Amino acid sequence: MKPAPFAYLRPSTLEEALAALAGEQGAKVLAGGQSLVPLLSMRLAAPSMLVDINALPGLGDVTCDASGVRVGALARHAEVLASVAAAEVQPLLAMALSHVAHPTIRNRGTTVGSLVHADAAAEMPMVLQLLGGSVDVASVRGRRTIPAAELFAGPLESTLAHDEIAVEASFPALPAGAGVAFQEIARRHGDYALVGVAALVETDGDDVTRVRLGFVSVSDVPVVVDVTDAVRDPAGDPAARALAELEPADDIHATAAYRAHLVKVLVPKVLAAATDHARQGKDA
Amino acid sequence: MTTKLFGAKVPRVEDQRFLRGQGRYVDDLLHDDPRLLHAAVLRSPHAHARIVDIDVSDVLDLDGVLAVWTWEDLTGPMAEPLPLLIPHPALTEGRTQYALAKDEVNYVGEAIAFVVAVDRYVAEDAVSRIRVDYEYLQPVVGIAAARAATRLVHDDVPGNVGARMEQENGDARAAIAAAPHTLHLELDVERSACTPMEGRGTVARWDPDTSRLTVWSSTQTSTGVRGCVAAKLGLDLAKVDVITPDVGGGFGVKVVHPWPEELLVPLAAMTLGRPVKFTEDRREHFISSAHERAQQHVVDVGFDDDGRVLGLNVEFWHDHGAYTPYGLIVPIITSTQLLGPYKPQNYRVVFESLYTNTVIVTPYRGAGRPQGCFVMERTMDAIAAYLGKDRTEVRSTNFIQPDEFPYEHGLVFQDGRELTYDSGDYPASLAKLKELVGWDEFEDLRAEMAAQGRRVGIGLACYVEGTGVGPYEGAHVHVETSGKVKVATGLTTQGQGHQTAFAQIVADTLGVRFEDVEITTGDTRKMPYAVGTFASRAAVMSGSAIHLAALRAREKALRIAAEALEASEDDLDIVDGVVSVRGTDATIDLGTVAVLSNPLRYAFDEASKAATQFTVGDPGKPPVAEDDEPGLEGKDFYSPPRSTFANGMHAVIVETDPETAEITILKYAVVHDCGHLINPMIVEGQIHGGVAQGVGGALYERMVYDDSGQLLNASFMDFLMPYVTEVPTSIDIDHLETPSPLNPLGIKGAGEAGVIPSAAVFAAAIEDAEGFPITAMPISPSELFALRLEHADDTHATALGS
Repeated sequence: MKPAPFAYLRPSTLEEALAALAGEQGAKVLAGGQSLVPLLSMRLAAPSMLVDINALPGLGDVTCDASGVRVGALARHAEVLASVAAAEVQPLLAMALSHVAHPTIRNRGTTVGSLVHADAAAEMPMVLQLLGGSVDVASVRGRRTIPAAELFAGPLESTLAHDEIAVEASFPALPAGAGVAFQEIARRHGDYALVGVAALVETDGDDVTRVRLGFVSVSDVPVVVDVTDAVRDPAGDPAARALAELEPADDIHATAAYRAHLVKVLVPKVLAAATDHARQGKDA
Repeated sequence: MTTKLFGAKVPRVEDQRFLRGQGRYVDDLLHDDPRLLHAAVLRSPHAHARIVDIDVSDVLDLDGVLAVWTWEDLTGPMAEPLPLLIPHPALTEGRTQYALAKDEVNYVGEAIAFVVAVDRYVAEDAVSRIRVDYEYLQPVVGIAAARAATRLVHDDVPGNVGARMEQENGDARAAIAAAPHTLHLELDVERSACTPMEGRGTVARWDPDTSRLTVWSSTQTSTGVRGCVAAKLGLDLAKVDVITPDVGGGFGVKVVHPWPEELLVPLAAMTLGRPVKFTEDRREHFISSAHERAQQHVVDVGFDDDGRVLGLNVEFWHDHGAYTPYGLIVPIITSTQLLGPYKPQNYRVVFESLYTNTVIVTPYRGAGRPQGCFVMERTMDAIAAYLGKDRTEVRSTNFIQPDEFPYEHGLVFQDGRELTYDSGDYPASLAKLKELVGWDEFEDLRAEMAAQGRRVGIGLACYVEGTGVGPYEGAHVHVETSGKVKVATGLTTQGQGHQTAFAQIVADTLGVRFEDVEITTGDTRKMPYAVGTFASRAAVMSGSAIHLAALRAREKALRIAAEALEASEDDLDIVDGVVSVRGTDATIDLGTVAVLSNPLRYAFDEASKAATQFTVGDPGKPPVAEDDEPGLEGKDFYSPPRSTFANGMHAVIVETDPETAEITILKYAVVHDCGHLINPMIVEGQIHGGVAQGVGGALYERMVYDDSGQLLNASFMDFLMPYVTEVPTSIDIDHLETPSPLNPLGIKGAGEAGVIPSAAVFAAAIEDAEGFPITAMPISPSELFALRLEHADDTHATALGS
């Protein structure tokens, strides 16, 4: 459990980091290291170079305004979770982050790192997808913004080019009249969820105008399903509607049938909670 | 007299070091020695394959690599298979692996090549450069495949059967045939493993100046390691020292010896003339140490209207993995200890121990008892369900009664001795447990919870544990002239608190201050004759030996002090290291007595000067009398006629979520009887740890092999050892103290007890909550959900069995 040899660079400017990435095809970015370092230790990944971005200035901030929450590449999960302002602007962040692994991992792991690791069993990629957020990336070729809908290419695969560094993620604010909720079932506290479900319910007065659900661990990539029609239809079944677009699978911890069952159990709960949240307004 | 320490909750002296990160484990040793080299092992990626060729030509080109070994480089005894530690007449087809694989590999993880380099990084780089050509063979994975025997693990072992063993008391099958009622049950337990915090590890240093080899190993038996290292490397025993430093848990896996690395590290140290270290990493621990627990059982039981068992016939199949270095200990324990506190009138047990292409099996805390307890307790529950009786009533009907001890089962136990229980009071234990868990009030709770839409169940399980197996353990007690008492016993310590518990015994027996006693364990330089720490034997065996050795030191102290103080031995007391004549103010320190015990009285310290005022010895005789020795010491060994049998009963109340099938523990109660308690806090700590490990075994942990023999969950991410959040926040414990008549302190072992009834007690509680039989453990929410679907139609499914 020792990594294969690699070169190590700890640049002090973003330009230097981007140049290093551009110049080394086998280079990988190291931020919190909570996924990458175990992969290195088990020799499941053997990059020729690690570009450690922890010394880069200006990437550690969590900034909030009326439009949403912007999370810098070096902001740790724990810092985002602890931000009262972030929780006010977009309550789903804290709801989901409290389920991300354990405190020691959240102290080190970065939210942006989790997004570009693109694990469909992780909470934050789904949250970005559900909220319709985006990730700003930089390279020697310049900057661009990747909307969440275009970020996840496949299992553990993002659409970032090899020489790009994700510098910031943007999570839109909760709109007026909207509510969110999140629940997951895991084998042990802090484990990857067997199934996790988030709901974003938008209302206009007593009218539910739009309902979307985000899912963890029941697909290869983060999946968001619009269940507005199923919710508005008194005979509708939002969970069944969602399952039609999910691909729960067997693994060593649970069968596909059990995961599908948990979707059916969790969907009504998070829908009810998010609807309550919407009706309580932002003070909830 | 000062306060008696035996029986007191003395805080563990070890914890200061352990909790502050100041323990010294094998991997901490020699870490700043620039000459230290590091080893890594090439392990088989295949479960079953012939080795066609091994090419190591690229390895030595790598900077920092010093040597690489394959089987072809081994000579003499090192080239022979590893020892079969515990042969048994029934183990007709015992097989052990080589230190490095010869021609064939039989499990993923089997050692093939051994590389030594300047650090572990380089050593692993080197391992990745070794090229092996394999001829892939179909593996045998799991008990069903082993029994089917369409493929063989070892070509020369027909049917994959390593051993078949049968024991019978009475005529079980005839009794079942004649019984008013019968039940048939099929009960399975899956593979799991000890997973101690610290894996295996060995450091060796060869001293060319003295031609001595020093080996440090994270083992449960330093004397065993010493013996096999000397034999395999062709060294005189006197040239080999084995020292066990702090060990981060054993739970059974570290009783196996020698591991390949335990021989290869010393070999490399001698060959290269530099110290060498091997520290097993977590993945290696999963795939190349040992597992346990996998067994399939078929039970036929005949009983009367009261639930009294008239005949019990158990057949089971034990998966022992690819090799059998530890013999048949685990299945023999299952076959004998499944009887628990009960006395079936007629009992027959047959098992087959089967080869599979998976990691070897050795005792894991409980060692076959959790499976036996699962079988017997599931049977008791099935009888109760069948007869519509309270589960505690059926158990009471079958209990051995207090006036029936010693109770002979008419079977042979794992130590080769008759299975004879020494003492116990099972009805009293059950009464305490019912009170502790609220057995008789549970239906009120069930109704109350049901009204809230919640589903709860209660279960109990009883066990008897043979502890303190022989053959012996020894101790040496030495009073220095400072009055400090140095005690050595040869068995090892893995965190149990031996330094504390043994010092309590010495302080009481010898009459010295607890703080003045220092215990050394697992160091062959101090005590070359010893067995090891396993089978819940340390307190019974070494505790008794230390008591006997301290008595000898005390006798000698009293003899010398009586002469010095011109008093009768009968009038002397020893308190806090001072001998006094009762009713007078005449005293002498034990340190001064120690000076007087040695005729060579160089005055190095205050005790020596103080000794000048006393006169001992007959000037007409030699300074050391014919039957005496210099020094204030005592040495003795304890060797019991047979094991002493502790017992206990657990009960649990669980909640099963009607929707998610998640299983939550609401209450866990333990009644435990291990005879006299040396230190109740340590015993309770053992129970807490055992229960936590048992929760893991029942609800979370398993070894998931795929059909090709790959272990799919060889990490703590996927092997679900419970976190503190998954184990009960409190465990209600009550003790009985039924002393053992077999040892001077009346004690019984306690180390394994907490884990034994877990599978049984959780299965019972989940079954009680759900209303359908639970016949296989562990169980996950996903599996419970599947069972609910399976039983959705049988609305009256309550009885276990058929």
